Amino acid sequence: MIDRGDLWIVIVALGLGSFALRFVFLGLVGDRPMPAWLMRHLRYTAVAVLPALVIPLVVWPSATDGETDPVRLAAATVTLAASYFLRNVIVAMLLGGLVLAGGGYWLG
Amino acid sequence: MTAQGVKSSYWTGVRDGAPFLLVIVPFAMLFGVLATEAGLNPAEALAFSVVVIAGAAQFTALQLLQDHAPILVVLASSLAVNLRMAMYSASLTPHLGHLPLWQRGVAAYFLVDQTYALAVIKYEKEPQLSRAEKFAYFVGTLTPICPFWYVFTVVGALVGATIPPEWGLDFAMPIAFIAMIGPALRTGAHMTAALVASVAALTFAFLPYNLGLLISAGLGMAAGAEVERRVGAA
Repeated sequence: MIDRGDLWIVIVALGLGSFALRFVFLGLVGDRPMPAWLMRHLRYTAVAVLPALVIPLVVWPSATDGETDPVRLAAATVTLAASYFLRNVIVAMLLGGLVLAGGGYWLG
Repeated sequence: MTAQGVKSSYWTGVRDGAPFLLVIVPFAMLFGVLATEAGLNPAEALAFSVVVIAGAAQFTALQLLQDHAPILVVLASSLAVNLRMAMYSASLTPHLGHLPLWQRGVAAYFLVDQTYALAVIKYEKEPQLSRAEKFAYFVGTLTPICPFWYVFTVVGALVGATIPPEWGLDFAMPIAFIAMIGPALRTGAHMTAALVASVAALTFAFLPYNLGLLISAGLGMAAGAEVERRVGAA
């Protein structure tokens, strides 16, 4: 059982901290120009953070206690291929979901 | 800048954000379900989603709270997951930085993966948009995303543990993030960044407290920036 005091400390502190992270540049830097090297790095934020966040979840899914699962691997591969070639986020997600559902049905 | 441009930017944002309902709804419900399983009541689950409004960090915090990790470890790990928000904030600053402070506050609070991904792609494609149109677009994208994050957290908490695991809801977040990666791989520099970050994430996965994520993201960004500097492709 989670301690109620701990829970609320985490909710409030995490909320404040998350807002601070989101506000730090937007709110405090404002419209001062940003250095070129910083912008050059920031252009690659999304394509670096999202794969780094997602690939361990794909290779070692928490739902299988970290054991690599061919269905989830296939679903991830199909989603990536579809989103790259079709450039359509929603179609890619649907195809990935179909592989996940279909694979789970046939193999599960 | 016209009122019409602002209005149409808002509705374009709503339209672009709407497909993410398919992700937000199951993801929020999953958080509600897992929060219930961890012993939270629906009001506490909702408070989590409203105050923190960051899926991955919420899941991280919930997991570590259940493991009875020290509060400092819970906070450090969850905030590390959210460090990318600071990068989002920085990368939107050239577009939204000259807005009034309250609008920057609103944009900061609602800065989540989906609204960021939509906004940054839109602003890069259409830099001629006025600041009011850019803000309207941002508010448009969050309209079909953030309120539903709150509502379906509660629905998930109420539905509780009745959702069978075979539905594979656990994989909704990875699928959604992967679907966002594909269209963003526009140049060799982008692909290099993604590849380096992926390899690093697997290599450094053993590191505690999500340090692997931070290191990998940093390496990926550096790799992308270096390729751009050499090739000159933006």
